[in-house]
Amino acid sequence: MKYLEEFQDPELARVLLEDIRATVTRPWAVMEVCGGQTHSIIRHGIDQLLPDEVELIHGPGCPVCVTPLEVIDKALEIAGRPEVIFCSFGDMLRVPGTDRDLFRVRGEGGDVRVVYSPLDALRIARENPHREVVFFGIGFETTAPPNAMTVHQARKQGITNFSMLVSHVLVPPAIEAIMTSPDCRVQGFLAAGHVCSVMGTEEYPQLAERHKVPIVVTGFEPLDILEGIRRTVRQLERGEHTVENAYQRAVRPEGNPAARAMLQDVFEVADRAWRGIGVIPGSGWRLSERYREFDAEHRFDVTGITTRESELCRSGEVLQGLIKPHQCEAFGTVCTPRNPLGATMVSTEGACAAYYLYRRLGAPAAATATAAATAAGAVPPTALEASPVG
Amino acid sequence: MCLAVPGRVLEIEERDGARMAVVDFGGVVKDVCLEYLPDLQVGEYAIVHVGFALQRLDEESACRTLELFAEIGLLQEEFGDPWEAAAAAGASAEVQR
Repeated sequence: MKYLEEFQDPELARVLLEDIRATVTRPWAVMEVCGGQTHSIIRHGIDQLLPDEVELIHGPGCPVCVTPLEVIDKALEIAGRPEVIFCSFGDMLRVPGTDRDLFRVRGEGGDVRVVYSPLDALRIARENPHREVVFFGIGFETTAPPNAMTVHQARKQGITNFSMLVSHVLVPPAIEAIMTSPDCRVQGFLAAGHVCSVMGTEEYPQLAERHKVPIVVTGFEPLDILEGIRRTVRQLERGEHTVENAYQRAVRPEGNPAARAMLQDVFEVADRAWRGIGVIPGSGWRLSERYREFDAEHRFDVTGITTRESELCRSGEVLQGLIKPHQCEAFGTVCTPRNPLGATMVSTEGACAAYYLYRRLGAPAAATATAAATAAGAVPPTALEASPVG
Repeated sequence: MCLAVPGRVLEIEERDGARMAVVDFGGVVKDVCLEYLPDLQVGEYAIVHVGFALQRLDEESACRTLELFAEIGLLQEEFGDPWEAAAAAGASAEVQR
């Protein structure tokens, strides 16, 4: 449990919290889309510092969590082939497929390598002309430009033993899907700052207007998040629903035009399944026809895979903000980061992992916070008392 | 992985037909592609994600963010040994289903 004193600028945090408290008159549910924001919120206890009326709902913004099981199983199948060098970001190693993970595949003799950048995978392809090098291209709009550039470079450099298993997902269609769900409780969004660094904010005004929902582009430092919440609550109280940019130091309205142009060249929009959620129309990118030769699914026969999800895991409901992690019966018992049932517990950006890591195991939050504060010798001011989780 | 980390450009060169830089992330030094921010100069800061500079950032914000990331262990997570991390987390444990 972290306290206001640990914020970079505790005094500013206090002012922001006071402003939120003075503004709010009734209950509001606000979703933070980005998994990095979720971690920052839980780690700094922001949800417990907020007035009772403001509930934060954790969104689906963790690329590792939402990569569908079928794609993980395809990756495992390809990675196990003797002619393949399979390259991946490190946080995919432990994501459970139907019956194993990439870490296990390597233990069984697969040539699985972790790369920092997709360009590292291209270098490996250049250095190993007699092997097939496959890169696992997952992620949101922030990760897609590096992957697009890598495929573009592969073609430019005439590298033929390189391909990419692509499973990119897009934020605006996910917001659309959340807002049109009959169970939706979300009344305002903190949009993911780094996604907007690339894509800009042009897609959001029509979403905000269509669903009468305020959208505030937000960073992931604690003060950024408090400012995002403050602006969202202010709009909600006034009955407004506009797009605001509270992360101007990193987000311009047009995003990064060079990156957007490359994305448009290399990828095309496709329907995409989200793990635990299901297919969201138009919510992903796949390689466009011009780059089909670099598509690992096209190069390797990985059809006919049968997937089997854990029956206990409720990460789909967590990802849609329908339940909090500790409301899942398996949370912290049969499902832990050491023994994860679903990706939300594996990924460091997953909501379940955040709750587990910071000991939000379902005990009444107010009591926990008070006990911890007392133990730490710090009694929070009345105005900043913790609010219940869940 | 979805977080981007601010870094400072130390050197710039053309490599394999792409504009590349050596970038310092609070002590960890990595190669970074500048194709999406081609006018970035030595000494400037940018938000870098999986080896690509995506947006310019002012020095003060960059340093504040780097400090925060170091403090909460995110730099270790981004640049540490992922195999060790996976092994430590018990990746090979039998998953109960």
